[in-house]
Amino acid sequence: MSIAVPSATTRSGLGRSTRLRAVRDGLRRVAESAVTPLELSDVLDVFHPLRRGADLRARIVEVRPETHQSATIVLQPGRDWAGHVPGQYVRVGVDVDGVRLWRTYSLTHGPRADRRISVTVKAIPDGVVSNHLVRRAQPGQMIQLHQAEGEFVLPQPIPDKLLLVTGGSGITPVIGMLRNLFHRAERPATDILLLHSAMSRNEVIFGGELRQYDEAGWLRLVEMHTDTHGLLDVAELDRIVPDLAERTAYACGPAGLLDALQEHYDERGIALATERFRPQLVEAAEGGTVTFAGGTELDADGATPILDAAENAGVLMPSGCRMGICMGCVLPLKEGAVRDLRNGALTVAVPGETGPGGVPIQTCINAAAGPCHIDHQER
Amino acid sequence: MTAITKKPVNPTAHLTPEDIEQIGVELDAIRQEVLDTRGDRDSAYIRKVVDVQRRLELGSRAVLLFSTFPPAWVLGTMGLSVAKILENMEIGHNVMHGQWDWMRDPKIHSTTWEWDNASTADGWKHSHNEIHHTYTNIVGKDNDLGYGIMRVDEDQRWHPAHLAQPLWNFINACFFEYGIAAYDLELGYNLRLPKEKRSAEFRRNLKGTLKKIRKQATKDYVVHPALSIPTGSFLPTLAANFTANLVRNLWSHSVIMCGHFPEGVETFERKAIPDRESRGEWYVRQMLGSANISGSKAMHIMTGNLSHQIEHHLFPDLPSNRYAEIAPKVKALFEKYDLNYHSAPLPQQVHSAWHKVVRLSLPNGWLSTTDLTNVPQQTKLLWAMSTKGPRVRRAAQARLEQQARRLAKAA
Repeated sequence: MSIAVPSATTRSGLGRSTRLRAVRDGLRRVAESAVTPLELSDVLDVFHPLRRGADLRARIVEVRPETHQSATIVLQPGRDWAGHVPGQYVRVGVDVDGVRLWRTYSLTHGPRADRRISVTVKAIPDGVVSNHLVRRAQPGQMIQLHQAEGEFVLPQPIPDKLLLVTGGSGITPVIGMLRNLFHRAERPATDILLLHSAMSRNEVIFGGELRQYDEAGWLRLVEMHTDTHGLLDVAELDRIVPDLAERTAYACGPAGLLDALQEHYDERGIALATERFRPQLVEAAEGGTVTFAGGTELDADGATPILDAAENAGVLMPSGCRMGICMGCVLPLKEGAVRDLRNGALTVAVPGETGPGGVPIQTCINAAAGPCHIDHQER
Repeated sequence: MTAITKKPVNPTAHLTPEDIEQIGVELDAIRQEVLDTRGDRDSAYIRKVVDVQRRLELGSRAVLLFSTFPPAWVLGTMGLSVAKILENMEIGHNVMHGQWDWMRDPKIHSTTWEWDNASTADGWKHSHNEIHHTYTNIVGKDNDLGYGIMRVDEDQRWHPAHLAQPLWNFINACFFEYGIAAYDLELGYNLRLPKEKRSAEFRRNLKGTLKKIRKQATKDYVVHPALSIPTGSFLPTLAANFTANLVRNLWSHSVIMCGHFPEGVETFERKAIPDRESRGEWYVRQMLGSANISGSKAMHIMTGNLSHQIEHHLFPDLPSNRYAEIAPKVKALFEKYDLNYHSAPLPQQVHSAWHKVVRLSLPNGWLSTTDLTNVPQQTKLLWAMSTKGPRVRRAAQARLEQQARRLAKAA
């Protein structure tokens, strides 16, 4: 008896949940057939774009200036946001001048009770997205989001001694780590040395906050300002950090700094964790090698539409009017640059910076402008 | 209408090849101006239209759950009709043209959009974007001219069967979405083929279209009425959906007829189009083969800005909200090159298009030689032409044309 009772309960409980699921699926099918050709999610998005089950998005809650060229964007992510570990980054899709562009930014808060997240963005010269986010983004606007990614996170348990080397906006993943550590009920007794390099004292993102941590004795902050001290010289590292080998080291900043640090650490045979902000590197050229998903490669010149070049090479391509009006030849450009033969306009696709599926292009009026990869199964 | 190259005076005769290339350059410049200023304002516009349309459709369908009450039926049916028209015209048609592809938003993109219509997006993009927009108004090549079921040109020989074409056109207007689906499939051609000779592609497309029609019909005629059962509104809701589809069909048919069919819009002979038509030549064909509808802003939105048919045919991939802006520049270009910018209010264009359907349903010259005094004789003649075989028809036709020429000379 004592055994039979719980098993019977379990069985009836299971039966109920299966029935519930069947009813829910049935209702969903009815709803789907009531809104076709839309999907149910298209309709629900009108009312609740941040609900569970929606494509992941976030609403901008606050845009808080940090320095005169950086700002923290506080976001309310959709219900399916799976959380993150401080130090990780997130891919965001932002509509700039009506065009959706994707960028990657470090998360600058540890997990918060109100489920909000934040990224801190430094406006770089000619940076379309960064300037938009720092200067024009408004609370209430929606952005697209992916789940957090990245391996640049502190080990557990937290090591006794830490060295954090950051340059410029390289502080952003690190501030997330620090805030998380310092907001715990019990602050870990870790000896933290933060070596930060910035153009000037005023340009230190989170400068006030970092100096407070230093004054409170929670970490030791060494600031290097390029305008007074010159660029951080790695050769000086042993002088600034005599116990270098004892400290678990994390570095994030410009490529030059990271390369020099890596070399320094390699020479000494000690480990260094780095996070690189990948620069956008697509140089437009005249013509180039076009690669298709199935592996076919062909050389196309800068005056021949990709459609013609591909067909001449025996690739089976979708096509239509062949004059740029019917959209029958549109294929995703995963990587590379193409030039519109009608007006010379460039379209550039950078993995991680343009949409996850690439940028759809019309192959009948675009020519290769450098090597490009097109997502098309040619056979 | 008579194809442009067969007219006594070709309206493009005064244009030199240099003029035609220059027209191309100037139109490209207008296009570039829009491309250079495309931005937030435009994306906000289409997102707003999509949002309003979805709310209107849901709201109307909700009201129709109580459609047994006459005011709810009227309100809901009106709302649903407008919602369906917006979805098909200002949103679906234009999104599938790639007008909003530049936003890189996969939710509003020509490669992902599916519309509230019997024809599939893929079928439509092929027959409309590719065939109609490339071969606009070329007799025998552009199916939008008469949908293959009508006599659209004086040069096509008249046959008694053509007498029924006003009726076919009206029936086609009422069930326009199915008409479009049928001609996306080239159904007429394919059904004439023996079953085993029909291509795999046709069979695949047919399957896709039937699936689409089933889903559409299930939504409008099963699920929505069934959801209205609790208030006893099954039949009224079914009737409301039928009415909304009918209204949308009649409206879209009228707008589309106005775009290329009113008197004075030019048609082209297949053999007169050069193998490699230049950009300028293609532009000129679009300029003369399209007609605008003048009217209010609401009219432009409800026609999906196809009231700017000329601008749309010149620049099918520019955002529709920009057509009104560039229209004055386009019109100035017509004037500069002494070409006819065909624009008139909706009732006038609809009348003109229907007049042409009726005129071409009759033998050439019949309508113009008929007045109140000779109706009995003319009817007798028509009867004879319809029943007494080809020889009588040819002789009567020659006489009619002679009379018509004489009348024209006298006038």
